[in-house]
Amino acid sequence: MELELAAVRKAYGDVVALDGVSLRAEANETVAVVGPSGCGKSTLLELVCGLTAPDAGEVRASRAALMPQRDGLLPWLSALDNAGLALRAAGRSRAEARAAAHEHFAAFGLDGFERARPSELSGGMRQRVAFLRTLLAGRPVLCLDEPFGALDALTRGRMQRWLADALAAEPRTVLLVTHDVEEAILLADRIVLLSPRPGRVVETLEVGLARPRARTDLAVVELRERALAALGEPAVPLRERA
Amino acid sequence: MAAAIVVLVGLAGWEALVRTGAVDALLLPAPTHIAEALWTDRAILAEDLAVTGGEVVLGLLAAVALGAALGVGMHLSAPVRRALRPLVIGSQAVPVPVIAPLFILVLGFGLAPKVLMVALVCFFPVTINLYDGLRDVDPDARKLLRSLDASAWRLLRLLEAPSALPATFTGIKIAAAVAVIGAVFAEWAGSDRGLGHTLLIANGQLETARAFAATFLLFALAVALYGLFSLLERRVVDWTPRTASSGGP
Repeated sequence: MELELAAVRKAYGDVVALDGVSLRAEANETVAVVGPSGCGKSTLLELVCGLTAPDAGEVRASRAALMPQRDGLLPWLSALDNAGLALRAAGRSRAEARAAAHEHFAAFGLDGFERARPSELSGGMRQRVAFLRTLLAGRPVLCLDEPFGALDALTRGRMQRWLADALAAEPRTVLLVTHDVEEAILLADRIVLLSPRPGRVVETLEVGLARPRARTDLAVVELRERALAALGEPAVPLRERA
Repeated sequence: MAAAIVVLVGLAGWEALVRTGAVDALLLPAPTHIAEALWTDRAILAEDLAVTGGEVVLGLLAAVALGAALGVGMHLSAPVRRALRPLVIGSQAVPVPVIAPLFILVLGFGLAPKVLMVALVCFFPVTINLYDGLRDVDPDARKLLRSLDASAWRLLRLLEAPSALPATFTGIKIAAAVAVIGAVFAEWAGSDRGLGHTLLIANGQLETARAFAATFLLFALAVALYGLFSLLERRVVDWTPRTASSGGP
């Protein structure tokens, strides 16, 4: 067991972010947390990363690396230095961090952009740099907070396939926070659906579909409808939603 | 361009005002008289400019060093912050003409009291802008570094210090613009050279054209220093939105 939350409650003043949330992830599993904006998803990741403590309940997790919303790249660092930030934070030298990061640059499709600042990178490249930084933290658990939320639909689809491949090549335990049900189905082994604030677990869905998955697979479409229904979405005929 | 037009129109109006006799030339010399004084007294004024310029540059460097030490110290340590903040703020309430003679009395007639005076006038904007800059870090980036278990020192080195650089440069530019005031007051309190000294003597002798020539050089010195630090800022802080907006796809 890499990760387990048991009846976790967290409030900020009068605002209850999470109320009685339980979830777990085995080693190398991807668990997606889906819910509307403001349901305490980011708080969940902060709890797992040890940035904040629960008011009640228990958080047991191996050491986790956080990939914050909007990539969190530092604008003054090159792509290479951003990717190696975790190593610098751990006290390694600049040269060591750069060497370790550069080993992955070709595989991440970042070759030739080592010296580029974040402002010179496309949205997809920024996410890949941020993911590499998260990976290089060398922790068994990865906490990804809406990793593709800021991307256009086309790039998002490409990055979702890319992340699935990257995790197949280098398995980790992943806690993926997203508001996109489809993204959760494409990437996760298990989906935890949260209600609007205060965040409570509405339902936990086992995905159990073979990979790679396509958004047009019948099983994916069915699961999406089930998840949306559980989240209280009005039942809209498929063709109208597309 | 617009600034040049404003200056030219202003100078022309000023010249006309004096030439038509609306203002006594002894009180307000015409721009051409000042230019003439700049030329005829160029040997002595150049020497004064070098003296005052040296005081201002050394004082600014001292202010940046002191400001950096105070800003970082106040940021890292709550006891330091509690102990020094009232003093730092209070130091700006002390009138410069009051404190300048004290400096001369204690430190003598040489360079030291002038440098100290400039540093006293200049360290405040550097300190406060740096201190605020270190605190105003993107909370998400701070969270990220904390999740990576960065020590306080590495947090400063990797995140807070670079993030505070733009604000610090703003503080340094403000300091550069007001630095000459400190040097002039220090020279007035006790000196036998420098633009402030010449200004005082020329005023006493009703050599208003020379006094204005010295003032013009002080003005030019402040503008040049400001420009120099702006240039340095553009070289050091090269990641600001200016470059981001022209960035990639």
